[in-house]
Amino acid sequence: MSAVPVTKDGEPVSFYEIDEHEHPEGNSTMLGFWMYLMSDCLIFAVLFAAYAVLGNSYAGGPSPKEIFELPLVAVNTAMLLFSSITYGFAMLSMEGGRQRIMQMWLVFTGLFGLAFLSIEMYEFATLIHEGAGPTRSAFLSSFFTLVGTHGLHVTMGLIWLVTLMVQVQKHGLIPANKRRLLCLSMFWHFLDVIWIGVFTFVYLMGTLR
Amino acid sequence: MTDPQAPANNPHADHDHDNGAAHGTRGSYLKGFFLSVILTAIPFWAVMTGAFKEPSTAALVVMLFAAAQIVVHMIYFLHMSGKSEGGWTLMALIFTIIFVFITLTGSIWVMYHMNANMMPMQAAADM
Repeated sequence: MSAVPVTKDGEPVSFYEIDEHEHPEGNSTMLGFWMYLMSDCLIFAVLFAAYAVLGNSYAGGPSPKEIFELPLVAVNTAMLLFSSITYGFAMLSMEGGRQRIMQMWLVFTGLFGLAFLSIEMYEFATLIHEGAGPTRSAFLSSFFTLVGTHGLHVTMGLIWLVTLMVQVQKHGLIPANKRRLLCLSMFWHFLDVIWIGVFTFVYLMGTLR
Repeated sequence: MTDPQAPANNPHADHDHDNGAAHGTRGSYLKGFFLSVILTAIPFWAVMTGAFKEPSTAALVVMLFAAAQIVVHMIYFLHMSGKSEGGWTLMALIFTIIFVFITLTGSIWVMYHMNANMMPMQAAADM
């Protein structure tokens, strides 16, 4: 009944692309990675919501004011902020093609990240030792989940950082490595943004309550 | 935007240096860093010294500083702008912010009313 529509030359009209067009490697990686970060943001949003709901349920246990040590948190915040700026300098060196200097900045970033994690581990260990572990109350469960998830992200970032440093040492600053370093850069700065939320809503506002 | 070469209107143009992501400069990173230090130090100082007598005022101030610092990080460290990736990163960010807002306010609102309307333990025991 209906004929296949053809052009003047007798070729069938194609309503969609028949041949796969070219996708340069890594062309959409940065946007894709941004999408991942946004979905990760939702995970943290849900954990923040859980903390907001459960943060007042002490079950007769300690309140935030009694257990949070703000000077320690301030030092921790500084560590993460320093690691952000050193990673930024590493990216500038990368763009200038100065591999050795970039590696040096990445080492500094890793050390600051490690310092952050060590302080957090110390804080967690102290809390658990004082009997304020995650099983004590709903407040502490949600606290450990939220802050622990952030710490886990930083741990993963550190493993990723070391992996990339080895990759760069082996293969140099090839486009693939540059792309990976840019992704880690976004990940690392993103974790710093999440930490702003953590120290504000959990530590500072917890102390105010 | 400090980078005039950012390929904003032609994302598929051949450019070998990156994938359309914007760059920072030494100056922009340092600027972001110092702004962050200030925006972190003030709320910590305010809470630790008890500069505000009213806790609700202090909470509001602390939250405003956090919001400002998040914007600083987005611009100077994550190089967010309306032009990166042809505007798609900004679209994704706006969607996420809306989603986060609904999740947070919805959870807090619903759970607060659940708690407020819950039958007291004693009343339930008397029934």
